[in-house]
Amino acid sequence: MSEALRLRAENLGCERGGRLVFDHVNFELHAGELMELRGPNGTGKSSLLRLLAGLNTPAAGSIMLENAGADATLPEQSHYIGHAEANKPALTVLQNLEFWAEVLGGTEITNALSTFGLQALANDQALLLSAGQKRRLALARLIVAKRPVWLLDEPTVGLDATSISQLQAVAAAHLEVGGMIIAATHTELGMKAERHLQLGPLR
Amino acid sequence: MRALLKRDFALAKSQGGGLGAALGFILSVIVLVPLALGPDQNLLQRIAPGIMWLALLLSVLLTADRMFQQDYEDGSLDIMVMAKIPFELVTFTKAIAHWLIVSLPLAVISPPLGLLLNIDIGQLPILWVAMIIGSLALSMLASIGGAVTAGLRRGGLLVSLLILPLYVPVLIFGIAAGTTNLGPNSSNSALLMLIALTIMSLVVAPWACAAALKAYLR
Repeated sequence: MSEALRLRAENLGCERGGRLVFDHVNFELHAGELMELRGPNGTGKSSLLRLLAGLNTPAAGSIMLENAGADATLPEQSHYIGHAEANKPALTVLQNLEFWAEVLGGTEITNALSTFGLQALANDQALLLSAGQKRRLALARLIVAKRPVWLLDEPTVGLDATSISQLQAVAAAHLEVGGMIIAATHTELGMKAERHLQLGPLR
Repeated sequence: MRALLKRDFALAKSQGGGLGAALGFILSVIVLVPLALGPDQNLLQRIAPGIMWLALLLSVLLTADRMFQQDYEDGSLDIMVMAKIPFELVTFTKAIAHWLIVSLPLAVISPPLGLLLNIDIGQLPILWVAMIIGSLALSMLASIGGAVTAGLRRGGLLVSLLILPLYVPVLIFGIAAGTTNLGPNSSNSALLMLIALTIMSLVVAPWACAAALKAYLR
C-alpha cells in the first residue's frame, strides 16, 4: 500500500434510469481518512458508492485513485459492502468466506471469523443466520482480503452494540495503516470523520 | 476460477442444479413419443435422433434462466465484478459450471435412453459424440439468455424466444452429424461444423454475458 494514496472525484454526476441523481460532486480523500456520506433517502448515497465501486459509469466527471500502483484501478482496490450481502444461504459461513477469499485474493479466513465473532457459527448454513449475523458475515469480507479502500453502505444496520464496537475497532485499525473508508450512514458511526459529504436535497 | 466452480458444485449439490427437472423432462418426452405416435418401429427409428436432440435442447433451455439470477439478486455479481480477474472469465466459468452440472450429464445419459425409441445401435456412438460436443454450445448459448434475463422474475419465456434462434444451427448440424455413419474414412463435415459452432459460442458467449450483466448492475 502506497503512503500517499489519494482518491479524488471531480464534478461527478450520476444518472439512473434517465434521471439525474446528483451532479457536481467534488471530494478528495487521503490515506487514513474516513468520509461520512449523508443525505436524505434517494439523494444518491448508494449510487455514489456503486459509482466508486465501478458498478456504474459516471454520467459526468471523473474519479481518480492516485499513487495506488501502475495498473491498480479503484474497483480492484476496493471493498464494497452494500445492502445485498452476497452470502449464499445454502453454503456454510466458512464456505462463503473461503469462496470470497479466493475470488478477492485473500487468506485471512480465521482472522475474519474471530474478528466478527463468527467462529461458533463457522459450520452453520448461512440460511440459519439472523440479519445481524448475515451482516457480520458480509463485513468479514473486509478482513479476508486486504484492500485499501472500503465502501460501506450503511454498515451498522442490524448490528448490536458489541458488533458495532467491533466494526469501529476494525475500521480504526484500517485507517491506522493508511486505508480509507467512505461510509454512507443515517446514524452516528461513533467515529471521528475527517470529511463529510452532504448529498441532496432531492431534485 | 476453481473457487467459482467449486462453489457452484456445492450449491448444486445442496439445492439441486435443475438436473433432476431436466432429466425428468427428457425422460417424459422419450416415454411419451412412442405412445403418441403409435408402435411403428421403422418410423420411431427414423425420428429417434431428432427427438433426442429436441429433448436435450429444450431441457437445457429449461434451466437457463436460473443461471445468473441468484448471483444477481444476492449481490454476489457486484463483488465478482470487483475481483481482479476479468468479468468475462467469471461468466465463462459460470457457463462451464452449467455445462458440467446440467448439460454434460444430460448429453451422456440421454443417447442410451434412445433405445426406448428403437434407435439404431450403430448410430449411437456418433450421436453420443455429437451430443457431448453440442451440449457445450447449448450451455454457452443458454448463458447469454440467462444473463439477459438475470433481473427478471419470470424470464423463462424471454429466454426461449431469445435463445431458440441461436439453437437452430446447433440442432441442424447436430442431427446431420448424428445421421452420418462413422467409419474409418468417412469425413463428417456436419460434425466439424458443430465443433466450429461450439468453439464460436465459447468465444462469443462470455463477452455477451458480461456486457448484459454489467448493464443490469447499474
